[in-house]
Amino acid sequence: MGLMAITAFPMLFSLYLSFTNYDILSSWEFVEWVGFDNYEKIFTGDPIFWKSVRVTLTYGLIAIPLKLAASLGVALLLNRERRGVGLFRSMFYLPSLLGGSVALALVWVAMFNGEGSFNAFLGLFGIEGKPWINDPDWALETLMVLTIWQFGAPMVIFLAGLKQVPSELYEAASVDGASKVRQFFHITLPMLSPVIFFNLVLETINGFQGFTSAFVISNGTGGPVYSTKLYTLHIYDKAFTDFQMGYSSALAWIFLAAIGLITVVFFSTGKFWVHYSDGEN
Amino acid sequence: MARVRGWLRVLALLGVLTVVLYPLIWVVGSSLKSPTEITSNLSVWPEELTWSNYSDGWNYIPGLSFTRFITNSLVISLATVVANALSCLVTAYAFARLKFRGRKFYFALMIATLLLPGHVLIVPQYVLFNEFDWIDTPLPLIVPKLLATEAFFIFLMVQFMRGIPRELDDAAKIDGSGPYRTFWHVILPLSRPALITTAIFSFIWTWNDFFTQLVYLPSVESYTVPVALRLFIDSSGQTSIGPMLAMSVVSLLPVFLFFLGFQRFLVQGINTSGLKG
Repeated sequence: MGLMAITAFPMLFSLYLSFTNYDILSSWEFVEWVGFDNYEKIFTGDPIFWKSVRVTLTYGLIAIPLKLAASLGVALLLNRERRGVGLFRSMFYLPSLLGGSVALALVWVAMFNGEGSFNAFLGLFGIEGKPWINDPDWALETLMVLTIWQFGAPMVIFLAGLKQVPSELYEAASVDGASKVRQFFHITLPMLSPVIFFNLVLETINGFQGFTSAFVISNGTGGPVYSTKLYTLHIYDKAFTDFQMGYSSALAWIFLAAIGLITVVFFSTGKFWVHYSDGEN
Repeated sequence: MARVRGWLRVLALLGVLTVVLYPLIWVVGSSLKSPTEITSNLSVWPEELTWSNYSDGWNYIPGLSFTRFITNSLVISLATVVANALSCLVTAYAFARLKFRGRKFYFALMIATLLLPGHVLIVPQYVLFNEFDWIDTPLPLIVPKLLATEAFFIFLMVQFMRGIPRELDDAAKIDGSGPYRTFWHVILPLSRPALITTAIFSFIWTWNDFFTQLVYLPSVESYTVPVALRLFIDSSGQTSIGPMLAMSVVSLLPVFLFFLGFQRFLVQGINTSGLKG
């Protein structure tokens, strides 16, 4: 099956490459088995590796929760049958659909550079802006705003989840005199926890794989001063700029292990806060 | 009280909607502005319509027009749609209806590949395609799709096919159909909604994809639209901002048209299966 040819075999091949000094330019006779050298160098002699780990974690820990909060918030606002609600839903979904396209990243560059319209907007309030995307302290934040802006996909999934919450629960709670806020924390959130979990896993995995916008906004460098150097950019750089295919494969395997670890952590902590209404876990 | 709350809700929605749609409307408006107006005029509507951004952008790369990049993108996107639809449909049928050894195991394995970052596979795949001498051709972008590698679409179709009553299969069997005939005359026609969703998402994601096209298509003649768009930021930066925005609009247009035409399918597709976006 194709799965084997195009996924399983390259995986093993990649694992093998990660123990070599393969560089694609010279022929196979010069490929040497270097053991754990690549891995050792990554952890001890590659400051950009640590920088990119930090950038990726910062990005993931801030952008993903905010994106989920935004999508849940808008989903709650939209969760009411009335005319035109479908139109709203579609329009909120549009940025997600355009997703990681280059065009949107370019729009972001145009809006958040020194002379961009965001600064013109701030100027209306007498606030002096800065060249957001060229400022090492703000470039990553600008990138996060782009990510959060595309909250449409998890929002649609939240909407589907909200429809599953039985309305009798709210009626009963209202009779008992529970406030809207209490109802949200004691009915909506627990009932929605499987959907939150699903979105969290999905967005985390997608988030860590972010590449296009960071690459385009920083013109392929991950700059300024490595401030937007996501881990994926480092993998790409090593393989296709420096042609250190072996080294890059080692980076990729560390990435894979990290994602696997995060997934395991999610699934093992999930049982403490995810409630399935049918009692199954 | 309830009325007031209802209005507040609508107001909040409109507020968020403005923020969400502003960048999109801004890019369309600004693509029609003169260079000085783009940075000075906050309003999305241009004072004077400047169409030259579009012609300048179209011919921005000396000797190569955007027609070329769009053709490249279309070839890859349409081929991907066909390849994905065919291969994923057959694979999904096998998972949903046929009994074979290790079915559960293979299905789990396939789902696991959903979690697999493309960045892990790109190096070995590149090395492989380099040995085949396929770099700088559309082949590395199309051929793998023929092998049903898009687990997401297979999953979507399997879920859908499970909803098709098995009695129909049994009826076909009694009428003397083998698995192939059943597939062709029962499952295929009934799977149309899943097929349409797959086709739309295949097209949009391939059209928007940047990473693999960047890696596999190194020379300018084989550039696709997303890769070509990046050229605008490579060189002079500020002076080409008008043409850059104009061509960004051009690149967003097909996706936007799909959105207008198929929003029902799009939202449903996400609803039934989640994922990506």
